[in-house]
Amino acid sequence: MKRWIAFWNILLKDVRTYYLKPPNISWGILFPLAWTGMFFVKSGRGPEDIAVLLPGVVAVSILFGTTSMLAVTVTFEKKTRTFERLLLAPIPLELLMLAKTSGAILFGVANAFVPVVMAGIITDLPKFSWVLFLPAVLLIAVASTFLGLFIAVAVSEMFEAQTFSNFFRFPMMFLCGLFFPVAQLPLYLRPLSYLLPLTYGADLLHGAVHGGHVLPLVLDLFMLLVFCAVLFRASLRNIQRRWIM
Amino acid sequence: MNDAIVVDELTKHFGTVEAVSDLSFRVARGELFGFLGPNGAGKTTTINMLTGLARPDAGSIHIGGIDCSANPRAAQGLIGVVPDESNLYAELTGFENLCFCAALHGLDKSERQFRAHQLLDAFGLSDAADRKFGGYSKGMKRKLTIAAGIIHNPEILFLDEPTTGIDVASARQLRQLIADLHQAGTTIFLTTHYIEEAERLCDRIAFIVGGRIVRIDTVEELLQPVKEQHVLQIACAHPLPDLREELAAAFTEFSFTFPGRELVRVEGDTSLRVGPLLRFLEEHGAEVAEAKRMRPSLEDVFVRITGIETGVMGKEKERGGNGR
Repeated sequence: MKRWIAFWNILLKDVRTYYLKPPNISWGILFPLAWTGMFFVKSGRGPEDIAVLLPGVVAVSILFGTTSMLAVTVTFEKKTRTFERLLLAPIPLELLMLAKTSGAILFGVANAFVPVVMAGIITDLPKFSWVLFLPAVLLIAVASTFLGLFIAVAVSEMFEAQTFSNFFRFPMMFLCGLFFPVAQLPLYLRPLSYLLPLTYGADLLHGAVHGGHVLPLVLDLFMLLVFCAVLFRASLRNIQRRWIM
Repeated sequence: MNDAIVVDELTKHFGTVEAVSDLSFRVARGELFGFLGPNGAGKTTTINMLTGLARPDAGSIHIGGIDCSANPRAAQGLIGVVPDESNLYAELTGFENLCFCAALHGLDKSERQFRAHQLLDAFGLSDAADRKFGGYSKGMKRKLTIAAGIIHNPEILFLDEPTTGIDVASARQLRQLIADLHQAGTTIFLTTHYIEEAERLCDRIAFIVGGRIVRIDTVEELLQPVKEQHVLQIACAHPLPDLREELAAAFTEFSFTFPGRELVRVEGDTSLRVGPLLRFLEEHGAEVAEAKRMRPSLEDVFVRITGIETGVMGKEKERGGNGR
C-alpha cells in the first residue's frame, strides 16, 4: 500500500507540475491540429483522405508528445537533483519509473484524441474500430514513452535529449508507414522499418481506422509489447549503470 | 544489534581516481557521528554509498542490520537524507514539498499534512508554507530540506554539510535543531568541514583525508593530547617579516605557525612567556596589535593529525556564504 501511495503521488505531482501547465496543454492540442491541417492540405483531396491520414497523425502526435515530455520530467529532474530524492524513496526502481512515465503515457493518449475528435467532426469513419483503436493508442503511447525514457536516461542535458529524440523521431515518420505504406519504401530500407516500434503501431492504427493493416494484428500487438519491455528494461539498466554509480 | 551503521572495507573508484579507500567504521544507535574532512576527501561519495545513490566497488554496508547490497530499498525505508544542496521542487510550495516527500515514504494523507504543518512550525516556516520553494532564501531552503529529510521520522539521518552557505543565525538555528534531533534519539551521520560545528555537536568524529579515515574517536579522546597545551595567537598591525628561523632559534621550547600574514600562532607544552615573545617580535620590526591565549581545540588536533591547515579547508566552501 505504501508503495502505491508513493506511485500515485509521483504521478499526481508530475501531472500538476508538468502536464497541466498551459504551454503543454497548448502543445498537446496545437501540435496534432497542425499535423492534421498540414497533411490534409498536402493531400490536396477532400475529406475522404482523412481516414488514411488519421493513423499517421495520431501516431505522430503520440510520439512527439511523449518523447518531448520525458526530456523534462526525467533529464531535467536529474540535472536539478530532484530525481535523487525519488531514488532515495523506499520503492522498487521499476515502480518508480512506471510512476515517472505514467504521466507521459496519459499525455500521449490524450494527444491521440485531438485528431480523432477533429476527424469525427469533419467526416464519417465507418470502419473505425474502438476495440482495436484503444489498445493501439495505449501501446503506442507506452512504447513511445519508454523510447523517450531510454533517450532521457542516456544523456545528461535536456537539449541532448531533444536532439537525440529527433534522431529517432524523424526517421520514424518516414520509415514506419505512417503516411505511405512500408511497401513503397526502397527495398534496402524496409528491414529498418521493422526494427522500429511505430511500424507496428501505425499498422494497428490503419487497421483500427480504415481496416487497412498489412501485418497480422496479433503480430503488431506482440511486437509493440516486446518493444515496451525491451525499452523499459534497457532504461532501468541505464539508470542503474549511469545514475547509481 | 546495537549498531545503526556498519561499514566494512568500503572502496570506490571513479575511473582511475580512488575516491574512497578501505573505509571501516560503526555508528551506534542514537549516536551523532561526524565525518570531517576537506573538500574532495570522499565525504559525499561515502554518504552516497551509504544511502544507495552510489554503488561501492568493494566492501559492505549494513544499515539498521540490513545488508544494503542485498536489499538497498529496505534500508532506504529506515533513513532520511539531507543532501549538500537543497533538492526540493522549485515549483511546489513548502507545504506541498513536505507532503510529497512524506508520500514517497508511504505516509497517508492526514499523517502527511499533520507532519508537514508540525515541521513547518518547528522550523519557523509556517508563514512561508504556501510560497513556492524556488522563492525561498538559502537559509529557508536548507531548513525545508532538513524538514523533508525527517518528515517520515527516520531512525537514521544523513546530513551532508547542513550549514554550508547559509547565514550565521540560520546556521545556529540548524545546529540547535540537529542537537534536538540527537536528543530525541535519532542516529545522525553528519558530514561537515566546519571543525567547530563537529566539536560542538558530535559524540564521535572520523577524520577523512584523501578517501581514507585517518582517525576515529570521541571528541574528548581526540582533544586529550592538546588539553595541556598552551596556545597564544599574536596579531600584528602589518604583515610580518619572515621570522620563522629566528623565532625557532630563540624560543626552542615552542612551535610557531603563521595562519595569516599578520598572525603568529605559538604552541608549547609549558607555560608561555608572553613578554619576551612580544619584545622579540617588536625588536624584529613587527607591530603587535593583540595577543590572546587560545583554548586548544579540535582544529589543533585535526591539523596535527592531517597536516592540513583548516583555514584552507574553510575557504574552499565559504564562497557560498558564511555558515560559521
